[in-house]
Amino acid sequence: MAYLDNSATTRVCPEAVEAMVRCMREGFYNPSGVYRPAVDAFREVRACREAVLQAVHGEDCELIFTSGGTEANNLAIMGAVARMRGRQVLAVSAVEHPSVREAFEALRADGHDVRVIGVTQAGELRWDELARALDDGASLVSCMQVNNETGAIADLDRLRRMTEGRALLHVDGVQGFLRVPFSMRQADMYTLSGHKIHAPKGIGALVVRRGVRLAPRQIGGGQESGMRSGTENTPGIAGLGAAVRAMRARGGVAAELMAKKLRLVAAFREAVPETLVNGPAPEDGAPHIVNLSFPGVRGETMLHALEAAGVYASTGSACSSKKRKVSSVLLAMGLTPDRAECALRFSLCPDTSEAEIDEAARALGEAYGALRRFQRR
Amino acid sequence: MRDVLLVRYGEVFLKGANRPYFLRMLTENVRKAVKPVGGHVWLSDARIYVSDFADLQDCIARVTRVFGVHSVSPAVEMEKDLDAISAVCIRMMQGYSGTFKVFARRSDKSFPMNSMEIGQEIGGRVLESNPNLKVDVHKPQHRLNVEIRDNAYVCVEEVPAVGGMPMGTGGKAALLLSGGIDSPVAGFQLMKRGVRCCAIHFQSPPYTGELARDKVMTLAKELSAYCGGMRVYLVPFTKCQLEIHEKCPEGLGTLITRRFMMRIAERLARQYGAQALITGESLGQVASQTMEALVCTDAVVGMPVFRPLIGMDKTEIMAVAEKIGTYETSILPYEDCCTVFTPRHPVTKPKLDTMPDAEKRLDVEALVSEAVENTEVEYVE
Repeated sequence: MAYLDNSATTRVCPEAVEAMVRCMREGFYNPSGVYRPAVDAFREVRACREAVLQAVHGEDCELIFTSGGTEANNLAIMGAVARMRGRQVLAVSAVEHPSVREAFEALRADGHDVRVIGVTQAGELRWDELARALDDGASLVSCMQVNNETGAIADLDRLRRMTEGRALLHVDGVQGFLRVPFSMRQADMYTLSGHKIHAPKGIGALVVRRGVRLAPRQIGGGQESGMRSGTENTPGIAGLGAAVRAMRARGGVAAELMAKKLRLVAAFREAVPETLVNGPAPEDGAPHIVNLSFPGVRGETMLHALEAAGVYASTGSACSSKKRKVSSVLLAMGLTPDRAECALRFSLCPDTSEAEIDEAARALGEAYGALRRFQRR
Repeated sequence: MRDVLLVRYGEVFLKGANRPYFLRMLTENVRKAVKPVGGHVWLSDARIYVSDFADLQDCIARVTRVFGVHSVSPAVEMEKDLDAISAVCIRMMQGYSGTFKVFARRSDKSFPMNSMEIGQEIGGRVLESNPNLKVDVHKPQHRLNVEIRDNAYVCVEEVPAVGGMPMGTGGKAALLLSGGIDSPVAGFQLMKRGVRCCAIHFQSPPYTGELARDKVMTLAKELSAYCGGMRVYLVPFTKCQLEIHEKCPEGLGTLITRRFMMRIAERLARQYGAQALITGESLGQVASQTMEALVCTDAVVGMPVFRPLIGMDKTEIMAVAEKIGTYETSILPYEDCCTVFTPRHPVTKPKLDTMPDAEKRLDVEALVSEAVENTEVEYVE
């Protein structure tokens, strides 16, 4: 088996499983309670909060635990605009995840002026378009740190310089967190998700620079400083904290991943010389994601052929792969529909082995040889 | 006194000497349907009764899906005592307003009053107790049924059921189940006539995936709510399709594919003991469903092919699909084997005598037997 779909989700690491089991069996108390075991549960949540904040160099920032990346993105965007007065100019890149894109679409429907900033074939923002939006008074800019389909990395320093003192900058770091360097000096709000870094599903967070005003999307008992009511998901939080500590203790993850990715691209090119890389050059993109097209074979067909050989990858984002259409992200980057239809995303994690990569390359070569003969007319 | 469900059957009534057989099948099917909710089922005096169920609404939902059942009524069973019967009737009619009529029936002729007298007496007492009611003996809004049999039964509400003939009385057939909107409806129509069905589904990995398979199994499960469970044959079809794609005239690709499906389906149908095939074809809906095309597909089958939707419009078919609860599953967008190698310009008026030539480069027998041999069988209920 070769699992090459780590951008969809990852296996929960042993450290996280252990922390969660302990939390559910022994530390199950409600962190809002005032007796000793409940206060211990509160301390555990606080320790996890600090661990995550350290990981993004945001010790002086606030952190709101959420149910995952989607909720954090919704809270950042809708919550920030809800605190602004009147009709706003807002800017968002053309290749965002649906949880960001749809949030801006909802704001557009509410009457706000949403500017969609295009990207180049390598996935880089069109800076002139962003500059124009800022000159028109854009008050919120949202851009993903690492593109989930192509692995393109945003130039956050440049973004920060352009937006500083003018607009709030939200960065969706779901695919970047702990795999591409990041510091809260580069953004006002940062979204992260647990299950992409070997924590469980159902836990994520929004990190917010102090002074940024948000309106909560979920109200009630006032947990998370009133920004996200509802009893804390303490097992999820414990799992997230443990996974973050484990990943940081491992160290050098980015270099390790990049070496594996380059090996994968080389092996795949050897198996299928026609292989095309979509998005940034492999050595420029995020160390764990690569998007490839194998001309003449539809991505979905190749995916099932690889699946039969025990190799798991995906066509674009898992969140949209059931909708059976060509990736809007790849089209926005200027790919032809034919090429986008043949695209597959391969994504790695620190546990991906060289044997898995070689197995996948072998399966790919065989499948391509067999399938290329039968092209759709 | 206890709550029972009174089950009426429809067409079975018309049977002559065979009626006991049909009734036995129907009673058995009702028994199977209510088993999960623990009901006791018995046949008596031209009615089926269900008692001792855990949940009335659940029991009604289950029984109204049994083919052969015309309608059901929640009823009260009690001893044959006029005061007791009247008390229940008064309670049952409390929430009602408008016009009503008492329909009294007496099969126990030892009961001291005849049907007319029972109707008048109970009608009078109900009328006195509820000022919102009036009697209308011609077109009443509510029918209060009072039946004096080995016990007394009273009911007013009547829930229509699916109708048709008892499952298993119509023989066995094999349904070609694609995953689209039409084929589950076609299966339903024949199940309704008492036909026990198995399903045959063609898979084309790697062009179709696990989700397409899951979808078809879900559809089979949805149909099982009516027929009680069905066998599903999953045929590996990729090799046939690739050979057809490579070796046959492009415009006839879909038609030849249909011919292969029929050949394979017939073999599997015979394994299952079925005497016919069922398809969801509707005349002229697509190129492979023109009359000329149907002639070409039927030519390879040695058993009847039932096409219950042949004269229906798409919108009519969709309406039935929604009613029987398969529509939402059918519209899930997973690729099925039919859409994989669609020709650009399919021939709409194929000629039967050109078929052998179009298929001459294929080893038909080898392809068909290989597909049949490698077919997987699952059972859903």
